[in-house]
Amino acid sequence: MIWDWDYTFEILPVLAQAAIVTIEATAIGFVIALVLGLFLAILRMSGPKTGWCVSVFIECIRSTPLLIQIFFLYFVFPSFGITLDAFVAGVIALGLHYGCYCAEVYRAGLEGVHRGQWEACTALNLSSLTTFKNIILPQAIPPIVPVLGNYLVALFKETPLLSAIAVMEMMQTAKILGSETFRYTEPITLVGIAFLIMSLVSAALIRIVERRLNLRSAK
Amino acid sequence: MTMAAAEQLAPQQPMVRFENVSKRYGNLVVLDDLNLEVSRGEKVAIIGPSGSGKTTVLRMLMTLERIDGGVIWVDGEPMTHMMQGGQMVPAAQKHLRRVRSKIGMVFQHFNLFPHMTALQNCIEAPITVLKMSRKEAEARATELLGMVGLADKKGHYPAQLSGGQQQRVAIARALAMRPKVMLFDEVTSALDPELVGEVLHVIRQLGAEHDLTMLMVTHQMGFAKEFADRVCFFYQGKIAEQGAPQELFGAPKNDRTKQFLRAVLESG
Ligand SMILES: Nc1ncnc2c1ncn2[C@@H]1O[C@H](COP(=O)(O)OP(=O)(O)OP(=O)(O)O)[C@@H](O)[C@H]1O
Ligand SMILES: [Mg+2]
Repeated sequence: MIWDWDYTFEILPVLAQAAIVTIEATAIGFVIALVLGLFLAILRMSGPKTGWCVSVFIECIRSTPLLIQIFFLYFVFPSFGITLDAFVAGVIALGLHYGCYCAEVYRAGLEGVHRGQWEACTALNLSSLTTFKNIILPQAIPPIVPVLGNYLVALFKETPLLSAIAVMEMMQTAKILGSETFRYTEPITLVGIAFLIMSLVSAALIRIVERRLNLRSAK
Repeated sequence: MTMAAAEQLAPQQPMVRFENVSKRYGNLVVLDDLNLEVSRGEKVAIIGPSGSGKTTVLRMLMTLERIDGGVIWVDGEPMTHMMQGGQMVPAAQKHLRRVRSKIGMVFQHFNLFPHMTALQNCIEAPITVLKMSRKEAEARATELLGMVGLADKKGHYPAQLSGGQQQRVAIARALAMRPKVMLFDEVTSALDPELVGEVLHVIRQLGAEHDLTMLMVTHQMGFAKEFADRVCFFYQGKIAEQGAPQELFGAPKNDRTKQFLRAVLESG
């Protein structure tokens, strides 16, 4: 028999457990990416020298494979005396990698805000923090939500890379189940379906958020 | 000079003083050794051909542009500079912010915050900068929006308002910060002709009701003539001629002024 239903129901709870790890890695990794990306985008605009350093850093991260960054954090950092748990190392690598992509997106968003808005803030004597937080960001974010959303889905689909450092997310779990029973069909297929469903659901959610934001700014 | 002494001297001091101010963009000299004094409550209209530096004067006063030479004084104290150990040094951000709080500006393209309602536009700065309570800020903003004839548009977003209405919100927003000096840079230029009147009406009212010092760059010669105490004609980064409106419009002395006024008249 090609598909064994008994086996399927047997491994389903184990995979569900692993799905939670995948979702956690995605959520934490993306939050890191969003915060780090904004931070990098601001640093980049803050002066020619810092800007240059940040640009170089972003370029280095974006031009090397995520897998190398994961290995670097997990296997190389200990030799500098920094030992990270596999999950932590993996999540940081995801956040770091996608943070560099997000930085570019934020930059486009920030540059899209008209210069007159900054000038109005100066004329009203708003502090830099208020200007940024209350005036510029709320205008910079809505247009970039779709792109950030795409990166969320992309990051989610790259979480199987964490299996390379034995994080027990879905892929790693499926692999282990397969090697224990010599049946790969069910675990791998189930994981594929889980990814498909979650990707579609998050894409739909992003579109809803997008529409909400458009409605609000069109008011 | 101590702060207290400066305050005491203030009434005799002009509200705004440009002292040998110059401004360059690369090799282009935009303002050349400008000297200009504006008294308390005085309404000064700035006219001149395109590129003569009119906008630059206002933008420097609003600290949107750095100056390359000279000193700008506001309310009896240097704005672009400050005293440190008996010497004038370029102003630090904190000093700049304090002095700048006396100045408000209205822009050609309104620059309202598009994600905020008319009311929110008018309370943002009073709450975050002046530390007013929300209730107090809203009461005051409502009053100001009423003054510019927009009491019923408080909850509207800029995109839901006409150009003339947006510009009136922008005026209310600037007034909410209680400036002593108001700057207007061609505030009716971006408006459809039929909306110009309502904005000028508000400015006229401001001039009559408030003890505000006003500097306005305008192409509305009729308005300048009737409203301003003094008209300055800018030409190539200098004040080529200035005087009471009757004199400058009635009997211009400078050839450039004559030429300019003739051109403006011809174009309607
Ligand atoms: N950021 C800038 N960089 C370079 N040149 C500038 C800049 N801003 C203004 N200028 C130049 O400075 C000169 C004066 O500009 P300004 O805007 O003050 O003129 P204006 O009198 O307001 O003209 P207009 O009636 O067209 O508004 C112009 O020649 C303009 O091209
Ligand atoms: Mg101009």
